[in-house]
Formats: sequence, C-alpha cells, structure tokens
Amino acid sequence: MIPLEHYLIVAAALFSLGLFGVLTRKNAINVLMSIELIFNSANINLVAFSKFVSADVSGEVFALLVIVIAACEAAVALAIVMSLYRLLKNVNLDEASVLKG
Amino acid sequence: MEELFPKIIFYGFAVFCVMCAVVVIYGKNLVRSAFALMGSFFSVAVFYAILGADFLAGAQVLIYVGGILTLILFGVMLTNRIFNLNLRTGTFQVIPAALVAGVVFVTLTSIIYQAPWRVLPIAKEVIPTTERIGRLLMTDYLLPFEVASVLLLIALMGAAMLVRRRTDL
Repeated sequence: MIPLEHYLIVAAALFSLGLFGVLTRKNAINVLMSIELIFNSANINLVAFSKFVSADVSGEVFALLVIVIAACEAAVALAIVMSLYRLLKNVNLDEASVLKG
Repeated sequence: MEELFPKIIFYGFAVFCVMCAVVVIYGKNLVRSAFALMGSFFSVAVFYAILGADFLAGAQVLIYVGGILTLILFGVMLTNRIFNLNLRTGTFQVIPAALVAGVVFVTLTSIIYQAPWRVLPIAKEVIPTTERIGRLLMTDYLLPFEVASVLLLIALMGAAMLVRRRTDL
C-alpha cells in the first residue's frame, strides 16, 4: 500500500512547479497551464485525504467541484486571452500594461 | 505480487507526472508544453484510479484531457501566428521564482512528514464510488451542486460575451 505521504509529496511537487510557472512564464497561456497544474495538485490532496483520513467520499465531491471551477476558469481566462490578443497582437503578460497596473 | 504492481505504476507515473510538469513550465515550445500537460493530467487520472476513485478518474480524463486541454490548444493555435512558427515563449525573474517555489516545496515536505496524520484503516476491497458521490451531491452537497451549475452557465455566457466582436453590440 502506498502511504499517504507519497501522494502529498507528489502534490507538493506539482504545486511548486505550477507556482514557478505562474511566476516566470511570459505567455498568458503558459500561465494558465501552470494554474491547471496547481488545481491538479490540490485535487490529488483532496482525493488522497478522502481515501486515507475520512470514511466517506466527501473529498471526491470537493474534487469534482474543483474540476467544474477549473473548467469555468479555463473558458473565461481563454476568452480574456483572446481579447488581449485582439488588442495587443500578442499574449505576453509583461506587455499587457494598458491598464497601467 | 499484487502489492508490488500498484507501487510500480504509482512511482512510475509520479516521476512521469513531475517530468511532464517540468516540460510544461520550462519548455520553449507552447505546443510541446500543452502536450506535456496532457501527460501530467493523465498521470493524475492514474493516481485517482490507484486511490480507488473510479468516477473521478473518468471525469479527469473526460473533462481535463478532452475539454480543458483542447480549449488550451485552441488558445495556443489562435493566439500565435502558426505560419511563422513563432511559438517560442520566454521566461523572466527565474531566480526569485525558483527561490520561492523551492522554499514552498521544502516547507510543504517538512510539514507533510511532521504532521501526525490520523490515517484510518483502509478497506481492502474496492467499492465503486459513483453511486455514493451521486447520493452526496443530491443530499449533503445539493447547494454547491446548484451553485456550480449556475456558475457554469455564467462562465459560458461570460466567455461568449468577452470574445465577440465589438461592432455588433
């Protein structure tokens, strides 16, 4: 039987890599991919805790809701990226400063 | 033997998953990053299957690999001039980000090994989870379920609203 800690370590590695991607990539779509990695790491944790620590499948219901949120986020974020591309002709986040943020 | 087989699959896919994630965040080609992301999603589906979450493994493959990844690939194709083959992408502030990510990983790992997890004894037989998830969604988690459905509708309308041409307002 694989211990709980090993699932958590894989999830922590995925989370750190996703965080690194969010902080470093210039391309907005690459940042979206890194955010999906972070969602997946959270989901691994939820399912692992649901299996090892709790008696019912509540964690899997939470993971299912996270997948729903991830789908919404991908659709809306890609729509924003399309608008940005139409405005700037590229999707580099360091050039997207028209709001002077 | 039946103890060894899931271990080989888990550790193999764990290494594969992390390698795919490294390609996603460090690859120079966007299309390659997107396909590496598919490998990572698929490995997570394998983890769900090993954990006995059969419904979630199916949902992961259908929604992430079939839906979100296709959407991301469409985004890659639509926001880059494909005929230029200009799909290269850059990175910046690498060293501070590596420091932050490294500190987060080391902290999480030390917490994972120090925390006293209250692990319950695990049932040996694998029970299908679909029926129990459905019952929970219709009883205890009815409100989150309905909110999620409304959220999906809002996201659908918002995405369509955001990408339409400004001329036909």
